[in-house]
Amino acid sequence: MVTLGDYLIVSGMLFTIGFAGVILRRNILIIFMSLELMLNAANLSLVAFSRYRVTATGLPSYNAQVFVFFIITVAAAEVAVGLAIIVALYRARQTTHVEDINTLKF
Amino acid sequence: MSPFLFWFFAFLMLVFGAAVVLNRNPIASALSLVICFMGLSALFMTLDAFFIGIIQVLVYAGAVMVLFLFIIMLLDLRREQLRKINYVAVAGGSVVALAFFLQIYFVIRQLDAARQPFPALTARTDDVHNIGSLLFSNFTLPFQIIGVLVLVATIGVVVLSKRELR
Repeated sequence: MVTLGDYLIVSGMLFTIGFAGVILRRNILIIFMSLELMLNAANLSLVAFSRYRVTATGLPSYNAQVFVFFIITVAAAEVAVGLAIIVALYRARQTTHVEDINTLKF
Repeated sequence: MSPFLFWFFAFLMLVFGAAVVLNRNPIASALSLVICFMGLSALFMTLDAFFIGIIQVLVYAGAVMVLFLFIIMLLDLRREQLRKINYVAVAGGSVVALAFFLQIYFVIRQLDAARQPFPALTARTDDVHNIGSLLFSNFTLPFQIIGVLVLVATIGVVVLSKRELR
């Protein structure tokens, strides 16, 4: 029997993979993909909670799914803007490696 | 929902999610991310969230990943693959990530609700209808704000990708 906890653990694992990617990788494109992984891990736990809370009508509580819809929209807009920034950065510096971008480094 | 399907798709999603981080070639990472999102969409469907699952495939595996692949191929990244790995930083980062996961794990273990199975649905799911009516009744203001946000993002991308920034 699959429980709510199983979904939450899998979601936590996916979030951890994304988190590790942001910490470990130095390529800005991979860091950006790892951010997407973390957003999607949050979506998975939201949908699992939505399914867990069945309302009086016998259907899941759809508020969380509307929230996931908003998150997906914001993530799509974020990817478009972020990739435009990466392209502008590549034009200015000819690199996607975060250690080469150290003007603000103390 | 069948336990076999849940574990199969969860395993698929996690393996390809790890491949995103571990691959040194950005194109391989992007293609692994597509399969990871397919597995995630299947997990949404095991939770009876069919609309979200379809949207996940359309928006992420369709639009977002094509954008990623375009950008990767636009920037010529072949030079970047041959960098030395800083093993101290990798070990430190792995320890931080592992500690983070253990914290999540022990919190979920303590949660009482996490041990119960999902209650059965007694009505037929009609989630496009339900999400749509919620979106245009309770969530009208956030819906309009998101429309403005997408417009701002569109204008921002056009401004950012002009030849010279002033």
